[in-house]
Amino acid sequence: MAQEIWWASTSFWRKSAIWVTGFSFVVLIFLTFDTVKQITAGSPRVPAYSVINNRIDYVFDAKRNFQVPVIGPEEPLFGKKLTEEEAEALVSHGKLTTQAKNCMDCHTLLGNGAYYAPDLTKAWLDPSWGSKEVREQSMVEFLMDPSDKLHNSIGRRMPKLGITEEEAKATVAFLKWMSSIDTNGFPANFKPIDQADAPAPATAEPAAEVGAAPVQ
Amino acid sequence: MSVLGILTSANLNGGQKLATKYFTVAIALFGAQVLFGLLAGIQYLNPDFLYGILDFSVNRMLHINAMVVWLLFGFIGSVYWLLEDESGAPVVGLGLGNLIFWVFTLAVVVVVLVFLLVQVGPGELKSIWLINEGREYIEAPRWADIGIVVCVLAFFFNVAATFAKGKFTGIGGVLVLDLIALAGLYLAGMWYTPNISMDQHWWWWVIHLWVEATWEVLVGCLMAYGLITTMGVRRRIVETWLYIEVALMFGSGILGLGHHYFWIGTPEYWFTIGGFFSALEPIPLVAMVVHAVFDAGHHKLKSTNHPALAWIIAQAFGNFFGAGVWGFMHTLPQINLYTHGTQWTASHGHLAFFGAYATMVIAFLYIALQKWRGGVYMSSNLAGAWKWKWAIFLLHAGLIAMVMGMLIAGYEQSQIERAIGGSDWVAYFAAQSHRWFMQGMFWRQIGGWVFASGFVLLAWDLMTIGKRETRPAVQNETAEAAA
Ligand code: HEC
Ligand code: HEM
Ligand code: HEM
Ligand SMILES: [Fe+2]
Repeated sequence: MAQEIWWASTSFWRKSAIWVTGFSFVVLIFLTFDTVKQITAGSPRVPAYSVINNRIDYVFDAKRNFQVPVIGPEEPLFGKKLTEEEAEALVSHGKLTTQAKNCMDCHTLLGNGAYYAPDLTKAWLDPSWGSKEVREQSMVEFLMDPSDKLHNSIGRRMPKLGITEEEAKATVAFLKWMSSIDTNGFPANFKPIDQADAPAPATAEPAAEVGAAPVQ
Repeated sequence: MSVLGILTSANLNGGQKLATKYFTVAIALFGAQVLFGLLAGIQYLNPDFLYGILDFSVNRMLHINAMVVWLLFGFIGSVYWLLEDESGAPVVGLGLGNLIFWVFTLAVVVVVLVFLLVQVGPGELKSIWLINEGREYIEAPRWADIGIVVCVLAFFFNVAATFAKGKFTGIGGVLVLDLIALAGLYLAGMWYTPNISMDQHWWWWVIHLWVEATWEVLVGCLMAYGLITTMGVRRRIVETWLYIEVALMFGSGILGLGHHYFWIGTPEYWFTIGGFFSALEPIPLVAMVVHAVFDAGHHKLKSTNHPALAWIIAQAFGNFFGAGVWGFMHTLPQINLYTHGTQWTASHGHLAFFGAYATMVIAFLYIALQKWRGGVYMSSNLAGAWKWKWAIFLLHAGLIAMVMGMLIAGYEQSQIERAIGGSDWVAYFAAQSHRWFMQGMFWRQIGGWVFASGFVLLAWDLMTIGKRETRPAVQNETAEAAA
């Protein structure tokens, strides 16, 4: 075994394996510290839970060249403004409901999960809820019993999962909060529900607001 | 030795006796996986099928959890199988190992029954502790997570202590370090957070760093042992290759994790890092094909165990196509934006999991059966060889039909739902109801039935192969396996 060429040497490759693995792992750890900081709720990419007190939109950003969530004027969920703690408790209850009912083995959330039903990342903004006035109530009713509310031509219904009204409201809060996460433009080309204030009866809109701009 | 062709544990060492128990449960769970996969597939074609009784989510959960558990059982069995051979010492703490096998199996049975009968719980933490964690692949409730960790620690103790008592070969050393990482990663998936971005961030640590790093290295170790056993390839060559593969796999796969961090709220730098490193991941898989094919050619396909060698070659190619080619095709962010979470992903998932992992476990089942029957002949002109040949053919034909059906559906979905439709509720169903999508799902189901028939034949073959044989196994020419 004398006079081995380096690339055929076992010990060279053993050492390479150790160094390469160690180095990659250290780099990953550094990146992870930064990433975890950036995705902690309350950061610019992942807003605080109390964002459910506001309008959330999804608008094309010319600089980044994709759609980004835009946080608009105050628009509390179910008409009730929550503190940060209350909002977190509500969203958490909704998140637990999604786990306990196993939504992710039919749907994708942030694009991960199962492919039997629509992606829920922007479900809060889906135009099929009709109008923003009826949206909250329609979502609660749908989640509590979707079995008689078919929305497609192939007969694929969501089952009744025993979701209580409280759980349904919490789930809607979770979905609203999720729609505020900056997902680097996923899903692309999504046309959100019209959330502009109805012109006639609405009380005066406080400030000019980008969120209401229609998407191209 | 004992009578050829008779299945008796007198032919096995202690670790191998335990291995056969793990293998038996593994194959039963493989059957369960196929069953629930078929049910879930039927629901795509007929949504009212078992609606409200065994909903899609329940079938799918059982399908993928049966897969994870049968592959883990297969791996654990394979490691116990090679442990005494490789280390030269009897398994340390075999009694504990046996006890843990029963505990583990019982836990799996309870989890399956709860998934089947209870299915869902109220939106409270107690559901996550007792019923279902609702996170793909690791749905097992928290009590079971803790049980799994305990079982894996006991298994790890058996392995590490046995190598420490005997000798640490190159394969042994890589295996022990890899198992530490594999078990440690599971902990990243064991806690609750309301923050879905954080949730998915750590979830991918488990899923990606399992399948594209630690499991890949684990099957590298099994492949190394398999090549030595079935063909007598020289240990020095095999172990050098193993180190090369570890360097390439970890070097690309660890930072390749970033290909799951494009769209879940994580920062934009992952576009570059994830795209670049994951694009390198096919390289070690090419290396593995070269290695296996070169060795097989070098030994002129002369092997002591033809079915095992066939499955080892299938592994090399399946891993390369399923993970390397299918993975590469959607790993760049520019493409993944449109394919993320579509049938595209499912197509890749099937080809990769079967191609890389199911094949390896099946190869070990054949290696085990040969010795279990007293070192019986398993080379050319084996009596009843049509069964293993047809099984491997039907399983692959069915798999390819499924994978192609899903791929075509995935292309259509990326185009109609994503690129044109903008991924909302209406766009989703515009794609799902499209003729091309439905045809894809139809062929997936046909492929599923073919696959299932291959499974039945495989199970039958595993029960009978070598039964009527009276010839002893061919010996490897190069007996320098211990060099
Ligand atoms: C058994 C599969 C299944 C499970 C489990 C499931 N869903 Fe659904 N869901 C569907 C299907 C199918 C549709 C489409 C229904 C239709 O079009 O009529 C749907 C539609 C929806 C929609 C409307 C789609 C959209 O784009 O806005 C929402 C919101 C929703 N589900 C939320 C949930 C939540 C939250 C959970 C968990 C608590 C859940 N689903 C669990 C199958 C499921
Ligand atoms: C044997 C190894 C592999 C296995 C078993 C495997 C399996 C899987 C599975 C099951 C998924 C879907 C996860 C989910 O449910 O969300 C997935 C996703 C993915 N895999 Fe792999 N994979 C392997 C290797 C690779 C490699 C080598 C690459 C790249 C070169 C790759 C690229 C991807 C990508 C980009 C996704 C995300 C798909 C999406 O965005 O929906 N995979 N893989
Ligand atoms: C009878 C054969 C099979 C059928 C009919 C089948 C069917 C299915 C179906 C319908 C799904 C759900 C996909 C979705 O969410 O839309 C699925 C998921 C999955 N199956 Fe299978 N399957 C079969 C065999 C297998 C085998 C042999 C493996 C691997 C060893 C496998 C691995 C997976 C994986 C990893 C997923 C999750 C994919 C993802 O999330 O991307 N399946 N299967
Ligand atoms: Fe990955």
